[in-house]
Amino acid sequence: MTARAIAPMSQPERRTALPLRTQMAMFLRLLAIQGSWNYEILLGNGIGFCVEPALRLFPEGIHSQHFKDALARESKYFNAHPYLASVAVGALARAELDGEPPERIERFRTALCGPLGSVGDRLVWAGWLPFCSLLALLVFGLGGGAGLVLLVFLGSYNIGHFALRLWGLRTGWNHGMRVASALGNPVFRNGPQQIARVAGLATGLAIPLALHRVIGPGRVLLGGVLVCVVVGALVLVRLQGRIEGWRLALFLLVAFALFSVAH
Amino acid sequence: MWMDLLPIALLGGLLGLDVVSFPQAMISRPLVAATIAGTLIGHSLSGLLVGAALELVALDTLPFGASRYPEWGSAAVVGGAIFATHPEHPAGAMEVAIIASLSTAWIGGWTMVKLRERNALWAARRRAALDAGARGTVIELQLLCMTADYLRGALLAAISYAVFAPLTTFAITKWGTDARISRAVVVTLAASVAAGAAWKIFHSVSGARWFFLGGLAVGLVIMATR
Repeated sequence: MTARAIAPMSQPERRTALPLRTQMAMFLRLLAIQGSWNYEILLGNGIGFCVEPALRLFPEGIHSQHFKDALARESKYFNAHPYLASVAVGALARAELDGEPPERIERFRTALCGPLGSVGDRLVWAGWLPFCSLLALLVFGLGGGAGLVLLVFLGSYNIGHFALRLWGLRTGWNHGMRVASALGNPVFRNGPQQIARVAGLATGLAIPLALHRVIGPGRVLLGGVLVCVVVGALVLVRLQGRIEGWRLALFLLVAFALFSVAH
Repeated sequence: MWMDLLPIALLGGLLGLDVVSFPQAMISRPLVAATIAGTLIGHSLSGLLVGAALELVALDTLPFGASRYPEWGSAAVVGGAIFATHPEHPAGAMEVAIIASLSTAWIGGWTMVKLRERNALWAARRRAALDAGARGTVIELQLLCMTADYLRGALLAAISYAVFAPLTTFAITKWGTDARISRAVVVTLAASVAAGAAWKIFHSVSGARWFFLGGLAVGLVIMATR
């Protein structure tokens, strides 16, 4: 370990902005951050992969021990929500380029894992994704064509997706090792609840309309289906934790298909 | 059928890659993947119909962290393509297409676990170079694992389509249940799973159930007036 790696940079050497080209390279790599996800180091190699374009800005260059030490540090075990990992990538790039002591960076890296995982799961996987999915199903139920349904889903989802990754990278870079305060953003605190309410509304609207579109006209059949859906949903809620709904649906469908073929 | 195998495999690889590795833009969601597959075969509406039913089921399986979940990208390509090859929508076509997708998603989830184990092995073999901060190794590992993921999805889609496409044709000739009743069974199961999943996700949020009931009332009114 060189003395240069341990001693923080003097104030005038600190970077205030990343070159646009570096930002673009990091953003593109963020889209592949889970490319080598595995059960040993999880996102670790992905973080190193994404931070690497920023590390090239070390004055000593990519063949220096300084660069290699930093890349080795950033490629170790890491876990976070893939979209919010951009916060870590930005903050860690800043910390490395600012010459923060390695042991501080390692502690900071460890501390980031938990919050970036749980916040992202609640906001994206349990909020934004089901909401956009139900919104698209609602458009489908209202008679939207293939192009419109896909546009609504991919458009709405990815506005949030790309905005979150971009915000994360910029926020991480701007705040560096003080990035924790940015996670107190009201969007993270109140966003999941607000999205859940709107998604609840979309669920109620989308399910009957989507059913109607797939089955076609016929009120008696549709009424019967709706009653069965209510009963089926209640059964699945009661069975929660014992069997997953999609597996049960597969078993029942296979049984129905065998009956229909043998019938 | 054999003419379609290569484009389906390529598409299955691409959409399988989106699930976790790149770019996670949710083009792998069943609604999107099945519609694209339907368009590839020449009948986007068929893909959309089967995609909507699968999307309802997929609400039950959200990709939380390291949890094990079905792989919908390649799976929905298979279902969308199979249903689109029967654009007149005979009885049994949608049912077997959905069975094909769900089975493929299940196997796909297992292949993802195996790939992650393989990724760990590849990372372990490169441990010394990674610990030394070798730039080439970090990039090579990332690209190797992504390539393997692409091939996994492509192979899975190709094998599944090769198995289920003839099975669907056979099932259609033997199917004895009325087409509308058959479709009603599929959507009842799919919507039950979706409603159960939505309850699981939203029930703990104060007021969400009232929003759901309000939405349901409006949805039923719109449905009744159509």
